[in-house]
Amino acid sequence: MLLRHTPSEIKERKALNVNPAKTCQPIGAMYAALGIHGCLPHSHGSQGCCAYHRSTLTRHYKEPVLAGTSSFTEGASVFGGQANLVQAIDNMFTVYNPEVIAVHTTCLSETIGDDIPQIARKAEADGKIPKGRFVIHASTPSYVGSHVTGFSSMTKSMVDYFARFSGKRTDTINIIPGYVEPSDMEEIKRLAAEMGVKNIMFPDTSNVMNSPQTGRFEMYPRGGVTVEALARTGDSSGTLALGKLASSAAARALDIKCKVPCEILDLPIGLNNTDLFIDALRKMAGVSVPESVNVDRGRLLDIITDMHQYFYGKKVGLVGDPDHLVALTEFLVSIDMWPVHIVTGTPGKAFEKRIREITREVPHEVNVGAPGDMFLFHQWVKNEPVDLLMGNTYLKYIARDEDIPLVRFGFPILDRVGHSYFPTVGYRGGMRLLEKILDALLDRKDRDDPEEGFELVM
Amino acid sequence: MSHDAHSIFEERKDQVLRKGEKPYRMTCDKDSLAGAVSQRACVFCGSRVVLYPIADAVHLVHGPIGCAAYTWDIRGALSSGPELHRLSFSTDLQEKDVIFGGEEKLTKALVELIDRHDPKAAFVYSTCIVGIIGDDLEAVCRKVAREKNIPVIPVQSEGFKGNKRAGYHAACKAMFQLVGTGDIQGLSPLSINILGDFNLAGEIWIIREYFQRMGIRVIANITGDGRVDDLRRAHGAALNVVQCAGSTMDLAQMMEEKFGIPSLRVSYFGVEDMAESLYSVARFFENHDPQIMERTRQLVRDELSILYPRLQEYRKALTGKKAAIYVGGAFKAFSLVKAFRLLGMSVVLVGSQTGTEQDYRELHEITDDGTIIVDDSNPLELSSFLKEKDVDIFVGGVKERPIAYKLGVGFCDHNHERKEPLEGFIGMLNFAREVHTSVMSPVWRFVPRRTRALGAAGLMG
Repeated sequence: MLLRHTPSEIKERKALNVNPAKTCQPIGAMYAALGIHGCLPHSHGSQGCCAYHRSTLTRHYKEPVLAGTSSFTEGASVFGGQANLVQAIDNMFTVYNPEVIAVHTTCLSETIGDDIPQIARKAEADGKIPKGRFVIHASTPSYVGSHVTGFSSMTKSMVDYFARFSGKRTDTINIIPGYVEPSDMEEIKRLAAEMGVKNIMFPDTSNVMNSPQTGRFEMYPRGGVTVEALARTGDSSGTLALGKLASSAAARALDIKCKVPCEILDLPIGLNNTDLFIDALRKMAGVSVPESVNVDRGRLLDIITDMHQYFYGKKVGLVGDPDHLVALTEFLVSIDMWPVHIVTGTPGKAFEKRIREITREVPHEVNVGAPGDMFLFHQWVKNEPVDLLMGNTYLKYIARDEDIPLVRFGFPILDRVGHSYFPTVGYRGGMRLLEKILDALLDRKDRDDPEEGFELVM
Repeated sequence: MSHDAHSIFEERKDQVLRKGEKPYRMTCDKDSLAGAVSQRACVFCGSRVVLYPIADAVHLVHGPIGCAAYTWDIRGALSSGPELHRLSFSTDLQEKDVIFGGEEKLTKALVELIDRHDPKAAFVYSTCIVGIIGDDLEAVCRKVAREKNIPVIPVQSEGFKGNKRAGYHAACKAMFQLVGTGDIQGLSPLSINILGDFNLAGEIWIIREYFQRMGIRVIANITGDGRVDDLRRAHGAALNVVQCAGSTMDLAQMMEEKFGIPSLRVSYFGVEDMAESLYSVARFFENHDPQIMERTRQLVRDELSILYPRLQEYRKALTGKKAAIYVGGAFKAFSLVKAFRLLGMSVVLVGSQTGTEQDYRELHEITDDGTIIVDDSNPLELSSFLKEKDVDIFVGGVKERPIAYKLGVGFCDHNHERKEPLEGFIGMLNFAREVHTSVMSPVWRFVPRRTRALGAAGLMG
């Protein structure tokens, strides 16, 4: 009983987070920056921050993650980190030769008030930034928001620094995929290509955070959106932003800066949300939906109908990030599953309202924690057990203690592979999610059913 | 050193040494170069990994959520009893706390935690931001300690105040507040404290059992499977047996100064070091117990008689293979060099994040000519060394693993993610098996680098 110290009696807590369902902004900024081709993320703070973020991303993706750090010392914390950052920029361009250095701040550098654009200008004036190379930045103090808002800020910075309107509109569509896996980004691009839509995706971590084994260590893998493509986002005829929290800031910035109209959708997880995505993309690009996409959709629907008897009335507990949870909850409710405990660590009132709307028809009391933590979630589960847990790897403690099957979903997944290679977005991603959910439920059923209920055919 | 031209910063050249090329001269123990992709961590990280295995204390991280999130159950340190240490407690500081101060929030969090979990003590970790906004951690801890009548101990672990080693020191200072506050009546004169073992995969249980067989009583585990009350009476032990010198040596020194307890440096990795560790402890107690050395010899004989025949099989397969080592503290590297030698393997690269001058001098002495010795390295350097030396296995931690795998090189995690005990005689066998499994794995045949090499060899032949 790893979590034996969790009592079932719930008392209000105001000052304490126990077993967090979020982490801090900089790691999201680092992940987003890895979605730029040839980019070296840089953490402007103490060494530990950078080490933690690299370790966590490495554990999640099983990939090397490279990033620089300003290696703050006591002196830098008193007199400011300008000298450290200027030296870091010089060192990184000299030895690591990136196309872009994407600096994100930390609680430390934010609080002492370092002005990154000013420092970058100083580095440029000192000749430390080679021609055609760039330093961009996002402000990501760890005491605001969560890893998701950090991702959002760095994504918006890509617009702020690179997007420009050349005076001529193209028929390209920008797609901002949200804080999703490289496999998801790949699947969204595949769907757009299938529909014949020219697109620029940013950030794009496919072929960066799921790169093949080549026998070589590549500091800058093949993938990632190029600076040149980021510049052209200002000429595109529209932007589709997926996931409100992670993507709308960049989409709106692009609208304001370059008058590229945007549409903001939920993540395309599940049948309805993928329908909405396909439909929005169709309209925005003025194309029709090809048969191949219809076939994918039909297959997802086929699984839903074939197996619906195993879904209905199943109680689910979910922990994750707001964009994921909104889309996932909608999907689960649409197949008659009952999400009854839903927790995110990321603060935000709109989230709870959205979840309440989506679960209005669920014939069961629904607990929503925003922000909540896994300790509270566990207490809810103790008081009202569920049939299935969905969330990141940290849920495995609860799954084990309470003997409930777990489907890993979200960030971070530290103990399984698959998420970097197989999507959960789009119709195919929906099929994969259902396969995982059914495997978990039916394996459990096969294990626990009495002899007379044990079936060969399901 | 022309082979290093592209991958080593000018400023780092004297932190890399190739044995035999030049006389020994090496720079270390300096701050990392800004911008280098260093594998190092911070002060907080050092304090957290040392203290957190104390299982009946609450460990509250005072700071924004990240510091607590990334260190939640980070090391897999096992406990035979309470497991409070496996929960993550944070004050989750928000913007308004940073502006108005977090003392009130900290007080509330502590009170709530102590009321709910009834711990034997509380450790409160300071993070970067707390150092900047100036919360008076000590005052809050004193107040709550008085109110709740348990030790509430501030850990001054602001991340920017140095590297991991400074964090070890802060942790030792925190623990030292407990030492000497417990009752030591009736403790055996043949008693020790085990310092610098964190009970990963149950390792401290193996070591304790050895000491038990020698007739020695262990007072405090510091800190694997650790307990507050044991720490409080740790000053009743006759000897401190210190592993991982970097992390807990400071505590041993403080205990020596205040309580006159001598200490011994040991390592439980590899056959030679493990046996020598037990012998050195036996020698220390020989005056009290003349039979102890014979019992220890018997123990080592018994263990080796099981171990050696099985090791020989691995040795046969592994002889001539090449290993690279990059670890946090250098002490582990010494044992690993010897352990690889026992397996017939040569170590061609060895480095650490936080080694000292003395450490590197010692490494220089025990390694073969041509071995690369490196301080505070980074992935680019490491990968270029691995390729140059064409190694068969890389021993490191989480950030090194994917570098090895991308290059198509075997790997052994000798850090937080080890799954089997690597300490003790049985640990040497586990280590040999792990090394063997990875080095001899057929999967490396598929790696393009090897396929190309095979192709080239074929063409040349």
